[in-house]
Amino acid sequence: MDELKRTPLHDLHIELGAKMVPFAGYEMPVQYKLGVLKEHLHAREKAGLFDVSHMGQVILSGESVESIALALESLVPVNIAGLAENRQRYGFFTNDAGGIEDDLMIANRGDHLFVVVNAACKTQDMAHMRAGLEPKGVTPRLLGDRALLALQGPAAEDALAALNPAVREMRFMDVATVELVGAECWISRSGYTGEDGFEISVPEDKAVELARALLAQEAVEPIGLGARDSLRLEAGLCLYGHDIDSTTTPVEAALTWAIQKIRRTGGAREGGFPGAEKILAEFDNGAPRARVGLRPEGRAPMREGVEIFAEAEGGAPIGHVTSGGFGPTTGAPVAMGYVDIDHAAPGTKLFGEVRGKRLAVEVAQMPFVTQTYKR
Amino acid sequence: MKFTEEHEWLRVEGDLVVVGITTHAAEQLGDVVFVELPEEGTTVSKDDEVVVIESVKAASDILAPLDGEIVEVNSPLADEPSKVNDDPEGEAWFFKMKIEDLSALDDYMDEAAYKTFIG
Repeated sequence: MDELKRTPLHDLHIELGAKMVPFAGYEMPVQYKLGVLKEHLHAREKAGLFDVSHMGQVILSGESVESIALALESLVPVNIAGLAENRQRYGFFTNDAGGIEDDLMIANRGDHLFVVVNAACKTQDMAHMRAGLEPKGVTPRLLGDRALLALQGPAAEDALAALNPAVREMRFMDVATVELVGAECWISRSGYTGEDGFEISVPEDKAVELARALLAQEAVEPIGLGARDSLRLEAGLCLYGHDIDSTTTPVEAALTWAIQKIRRTGGAREGGFPGAEKILAEFDNGAPRARVGLRPEGRAPMREGVEIFAEAEGGAPIGHVTSGGFGPTTGAPVAMGYVDIDHAAPGTKLFGEVRGKRLAVEVAQMPFVTQTYKR
Repeated sequence: MKFTEEHEWLRVEGDLVVVGITTHAAEQLGDVVFVELPEEGTTVSKDDEVVVIESVKAASDILAPLDGEIVEVNSPLADEPSKVNDDPEGEAWFFKMKIEDLSALDDYMDEAAYKTFIG
């Protein structure tokens, strides 16, 4: 087995009492002293600091930001050419079958694009971008010298503004270059918890100093991967490799909002991405299954892999759970998964088979918590 | 008090054995969010899965430590699973069982042996 990599914050995690686990080839903190439940609640009530340095930070450079954007549109079904300077958008790489190869954040930073991809996918994403973009004059470069921190929660703005008040001006999905602890940081007002907050790319030699400056504030606690997972689940956000993968299409995955009209049938830059034919046909004709929210009626969590049935007894499964657990803020189990389209309407009563018993579960609207983005 | 390798504690109370999980086990599990208890009156064999506990991390089972009958369960735990973290060796017992021969308990570890076992 390959040796696990460490982020620039590794020693700080240990000092903070983190329990470290292997994750996507890295040694990462799954929880600190508070534990998953309290960390989750803290991030929703105050502010949580997450080390997400394992994720891939990539600069796409080329002749002009317009040419880079158009080149990336050949891999991603998102309106990137229309992404204004200092703005960010969510997107995904699709494959020829219409499936999703990875999801990513794409930011227009004036003369280049900055994208953040999942840790587990970054090697294949780099190969995919090189193959698809270099012939179009665009060079992807995976950064090895920057850490990535996320600061999330209602107190995130105050905590970050204490280091530089300029961040107060940012709205949801804005990006900016801001000096923090004497370092040039690339900040986006975004995150993956459903809360207001920021993601901060910081030079690795200043990462610990920045983390300490944030943690020194009363409202900020370090939060591990355990709570990050329950936070994003309550927020209805997909985890790549679980809720979306190379076999799920954007239409099935209920991610159609991320494909702007200009890239759909009849749009000015219709199609032109891998799997366009299949994906655009599903916009018109529907997909056979859909990703939905699931609320178990009892207290038993329904975790990944639980099969979903239409009937209390007999019959074949009509779906399965892709992420599930206890939602600390909802105070009840929550889940998401795929079900046949005939059973996907909110309010539909279904059954999840847990330890051989069929337990009642209802198709529910997501997110399970109210998003508090600063629009 | 006796202890199993599955991190259960067993306490004799009259002719019954009270069963719960150790503080060590509760810490390892993390925040408990779900407890499913057996029905009172169930006859069980040693190593039957009798209680399901789910924490924020994962599901795990509590096994019957001995052959016998479940005569009482701690029903309030199902509504307040977090008690398992708050007071695992006190208020958060899972069930009481009646066994044929209390001497069967002798096979289990005492506190000193359990402390050595968990290191």
